[in-house]
Amino acid sequence: MKRIITLTVQDRSGVLNRVTGLLQRRQFNIESISVGPTETEGVSKMTLVVEVGDGQRLEQVTKQLNKQIDVLKVSDITDKAIVVRELALIKVASSSQLRTEIHGIIDPFRADIIDVSKDSLAVQITGRPEKIDALIELLRPFGIKEIARTGLTAFLRGYQPQVNEFTAYSLSK
Amino acid sequence: MKVEAKLEFQTSTAPKTGADLLIDLLIKEGVETLFGYPGGAVLPIYDAIYRAQGRIQHVLFRHEQGMIHAAEGYARITGKPGVVIATSGPGATNLVTGITDAMMDSLPLVVFTGQVASTVIGTDAFQEADVMAITTPITKHNYQVRSIADLPRIVKEAFHIASTGRPGPVLVDIPKDISAGILTEEPEEVLIHLPGYQPTIRPNPFQIKKLVDSLSKAKKPVILSGAGVLHAKASAELTAFAEKHQIPVVTTLLGLGTFPADSPLSLGMGGMHGTYAANMALYESDLLINFGARFDDRLTGNLKHFAPNAKVAHIDIDPAEIGKNVPTQIPIVGDAKEALIQLIDETAGLEALEHQEWLEHLEQYKQDYPLWYQHDPHGMCPQWLIEAIHKITGGDAIVATDVGQHQMWAAQYYNFTKPHRWITSGGLGTMGFGFPAAIGAQMAAPESTVVAIVGDGGFQMTLQELSVVYERNLPIKIIIVNNGALGMVRQWQELLHGNRISESILHSQPDFVKLAESYSIRGYKIDNQEDLIAKLPEIFALNEPVLVDCRVIQQEKVFPMIAPGKGLHEMIGVKPQ
Repeated sequence: MKRIITLTVQDRSGVLNRVTGLLQRRQFNIESISVGPTETEGVSKMTLVVEVGDGQRLEQVTKQLNKQIDVLKVSDITDKAIVVRELALIKVASSSQLRTEIHGIIDPFRADIIDVSKDSLAVQITGRPEKIDALIELLRPFGIKEIARTGLTAFLRGYQPQVNEFTAYSLSK
Repeated sequence: MKVEAKLEFQTSTAPKTGADLLIDLLIKEGVETLFGYPGGAVLPIYDAIYRAQGRIQHVLFRHEQGMIHAAEGYARITGKPGVVIATSGPGATNLVTGITDAMMDSLPLVVFTGQVASTVIGTDAFQEADVMAITTPITKHNYQVRSIADLPRIVKEAFHIASTGRPGPVLVDIPKDISAGILTEEPEEVLIHLPGYQPTIRPNPFQIKKLVDSLSKAKKPVILSGAGVLHAKASAELTAFAEKHQIPVVTTLLGLGTFPADSPLSLGMGGMHGTYAANMALYESDLLINFGARFDDRLTGNLKHFAPNAKVAHIDIDPAEIGKNVPTQIPIVGDAKEALIQLIDETAGLEALEHQEWLEHLEQYKQDYPLWYQHDPHGMCPQWLIEAIHKITGGDAIVATDVGQHQMWAAQYYNFTKPHRWITSGGLGTMGFGFPAAIGAQMAAPESTVVAIVGDGGFQMTLQELSVVYERNLPIKIIIVNNGALGMVRQWQELLHGNRISESILHSQPDFVKLAESYSIRGYKIDNQEDLIAKLPEIFALNEPVLVDCRVIQQEKVFPMIAPGKGLHEMIGVKPQ
């Protein structure tokens, strides 16, 4: 199962290596990872999308990550009310005649054209990964020259509805 | 305070360097002994050690692997971090085995490695190795010092992290320009600030109550006692708790000595070469209370058959160990001693529990299927050798072993009745560990009798440390259980690989007696039981190191045994009825 795990970490050298090394050692596949600074100086946030076999393995990886000295907090937010975004840059082969047609495709996705050259143009899109996948499929017939994706980043919504199925991986459960 | 203010005072001496500061910080941490080996990148540190003569002891080993195992032995006996210093590159990479060993067996170490100067890090400079990347997965934490001003904080944090919570090795990598750098300012007092590291010491009272409740209902409870009990110094509490409620106790390999082996409640060691009674108790139990053991595969055997009917309670200071291998119904995160104190409190009003039927049942196993071996009047049985050492030392020696058959025989036949006497490489199974670990133990406990029980294979991996033993006149008794083979490998080849004895016989060996003598150490070669009985009193009366090359029967195997992939109840080589 695919899980979204966020980590707040101390911004020290080697911390990314520590996290990815640990996941590799315990045989977890990282689908995407994004890192950046937070509102607190010296604290970074990582968003990981990992493929995990079962709940027991998930609990194990969460605990192993928590054990790292530079890791402040680990949360599996997959089942929470969350905001999820990813950014992608897509370079599409395009002559000047096709530009309008491409415009028509990307418009409903609220994507932008951010670079144009003689035989290609670059589209920028933000949204949930599925939305990006969908646009890529629509653009594929034109000939995609290059794709760069940031990987997903996410956090909890301001309001968390009360749910009975509360998936917290705590020991008191 | 600016250093200028002190200049007048210091005119006659060299200015203080980062290395001098490091030594001051170590002394402040209470470090008495450094296990070290010099080299290019740590020359400034060795300058500072030279200047600090009389304030701190440095022991020069002959190989970095030997010295780090010695530091592990020291840590195992004192409970304090063993402090290691090695140079960059090969000095650091030679430590890798010992660091990993300490990580697996939760031993506190603080390891300082030299590093090339900051300006050339990353240029493949002479003796440069990426020690941070190499040691990230094998340390509890590691640091590279980027400025002298960080040293006080890093050293303090390193000792704190190594010795608290679940202990482990911490490495501090110090570039040469940092250790050689001149201190311009006396650093300020630092406080530890580790928001990501707050080990849980006090267990959740609710979970303790749950355990008490289960205990009062259990018919077949059993305690599994691991090395966590040693770290928590909780043997006395464990013994009191088990005795009060008449709960039988199984110890892990590393947990030997946490519960007196001569107690009627003791079932001995569990696991691959454990006793039949211990393994059957785990197998049949309805409540398994694990104090500070990590359910290693050598203990559990095939997990499908591990304690199939038991409710499992697991007390561990490391939450990641709980539920890792064995599903756990009562998870208790905390220090074993705290948990035991709470448990004793919580059960104070409880009528002493009776498990007479269960205890009698297990006693029958003990009587019917004890550890056993066939005496051979013509040769020396290795098991008998261990029993003889037990006898001559009154069962109270510190015993360090290597890895393999002799290790299992020592675990089986040296009945430990006290904690902190047993030093062995459990998790990593490191050959070459035992002899240097005994050196560290003897340094930690100069008055104690220390016996290094080693195999002829493993001893040859780190025997160069005989120099240290001679230099320091450490009265270690080195017992080589010499079967001319890598015995455990040979045993597995015999039993599990169609008797194809592939590369596990040591066809040529040094004359160990002459070897010892070349290091000015007394040596004996003994190949029969009478001679051993005659010589042992003399050997153990000597207040100097002695090496004893004991020629034991080569074909002897370690039994009973759980073959790989088998369950606890499927032991082979149990004493026939």
